Amino acid sequence: MILSIFYHLGRFVNLFRLMISKPEKFSMYWKETTRQMNDIGVGSLIIVGLIALFIGAVAAMQFAYQLEGTFVPLYYTGYVVRDMTIIELAPTITCLVLAGKVGSNIAAEIGGMRQKEQIDALEIMGVNTAAYLIAPKLIAALFVVPLLVAISAFISIMGGYLAVVPTGMITESEYVLGLRTFFVPYNVFMMFVKGFVFAFMLSAIPAYQGYYVKGGSIELGKASTNAVVFSDVAILLSDYVIALMLT
Amino acid sequence: MIRAVDIKKSFDDVEVLKGISTVFEKGKTNLIIGRSGAGKTVFLKLLVSLMSPTDGDIWYDDVNITTLNKRELIDLRKDIGMLFQGSALFDSMTVEENIRFPLDMFTKKTKKEKQDRVDEMIEVVNLEGSNNKYPGEISGGMQKRVGIARSIVLNPKYLFCDEPNSGLDPKTSLVIDELIQKITRENKITTIINTHDMNSVMEIGEKINLLHQGRLAWVGNKDEVLESDNELLQNFIFASPFLQRLRKRAMNNK
Repeated sequence: MILSIFYHLGRFVNLFRLMISKPEKFSMYWKETTRQMNDIGVGSLIIVGLIALFIGAVAAMQFAYQLEGTFVPLYYTGYVVRDMTIIELAPTITCLVLAGKVGSNIAAEIGGMRQKEQIDALEIMGVNTAAYLIAPKLIAALFVVPLLVAISAFISIMGGYLAVVPTGMITESEYVLGLRTFFVPYNVFMMFVKGFVFAFMLSAIPAYQGYYVKGGSIELGKASTNAVVFSDVAILLSDYVIALMLT
Repeated sequence: MIRAVDIKKSFDDVEVLKGISTVFEKGKTNLIIGRSGAGKTVFLKLLVSLMSPTDGDIWYDDVNITTLNKRELIDLRKDIGMLFQGSALFDSMTVEENIRFPLDMFTKKTKKEKQDRVDEMIEVVNLEGSNNKYPGEISGGMQKRVGIARSIVLNPKYLFCDEPNSGLDPKTSLVIDELIQKITRENKITTIINTHDMNSVMEIGEKINLLHQGRLAWVGNKDEVLESDNELLQNFIFASPFLQRLRKRAMNNK
């Protein structure tokens, strides 16, 4: 078990060592990176938005309900939704969802290319496959995922507003007051740090799983599942480490 | 010309290739044949440097590729074209984009020059009208032809074909074989084909290497196949009773 962890860790590091090289042609890498940005970013916008909207709405509703009949002011609803979203829910839930959607896609795409000998074909042409197939995905994820996290945080806060203000649970001024109370800009920084680190996890781990896949469709399915499971575990672990380090 | 000198390859304790020495000649269609498990695919992968031999040397003209570092190998690979068994076309690209990919990646040609070269290749492999189709929209034979076009678009000095006829009907196989032979002769390249298609052996086998249990069992050309008394060769080529009867008849008519 421990040997296996070190084996995979070593191979993972070696793959990234191979990845760092001068591109054969910068324009080809840029084209692939923009394609990946579109796939990861635009392609995930709806699901991320939908989840953020409902998370914000439910969090606000539940909290406003809990505050009823207590001495805690109702405007705390906006404050709690804002901080909960920015510090934890937006980066973590968004990236866990993206690990499922984007991560499995990356593992299946690269793994499928391995099985269909497309990676061998690229190697024979003289392409550095580790760089060409992984670097654009990684760069795209590192750039796009933090943006998705920010969008998710915004939609989540809006979701909270839509759930409690039009329904009359609290007033608009109370919700907005809550949003503006005790605001710590450092939390936004932390959100972006998490988004950046999680982006690496959810793109690099699936890329590794896909790149070294061997066998047939069952192995490809396993690699895809492992990509999601390991990315999720890595995201949760790193979430804890970041929380320890930055708070 | 490619020379393999005493090539050995082992996986853990299993020795798959047990010292193969042979020469693949320039301007000829060189075939590697043998039963399943004979070591053909491993030998081909060693020749194209997708694997490293446990022992022995592989010479591309004057260059021993077993001593090259990764950077030098990448440079050498620009002289290599390869047609894969499953064609290995990029699914997300059209026929034209697949053929243009090596030009986009490795040349500084203008857009027009690239398009002219792609059109030329499409004409060579007789695929006019399929430019904008995706691999999933064309037949297996057409996919092979796209694979051939992509593998020769950069004018390689060495062409490798792994089972170019697998999954194709005899007529289409013949078209593919003739195309490979034509390209080999016209461009004077060293072509190595890994096959168990008997039609290919008898049609384009200008130099045939029979592998058996990791060793080179016979070397010759298609004209020498019928006359050879090598038992392994005869058992392999004329495996079916139908072909055995044909051979007997041919020998009796001589």
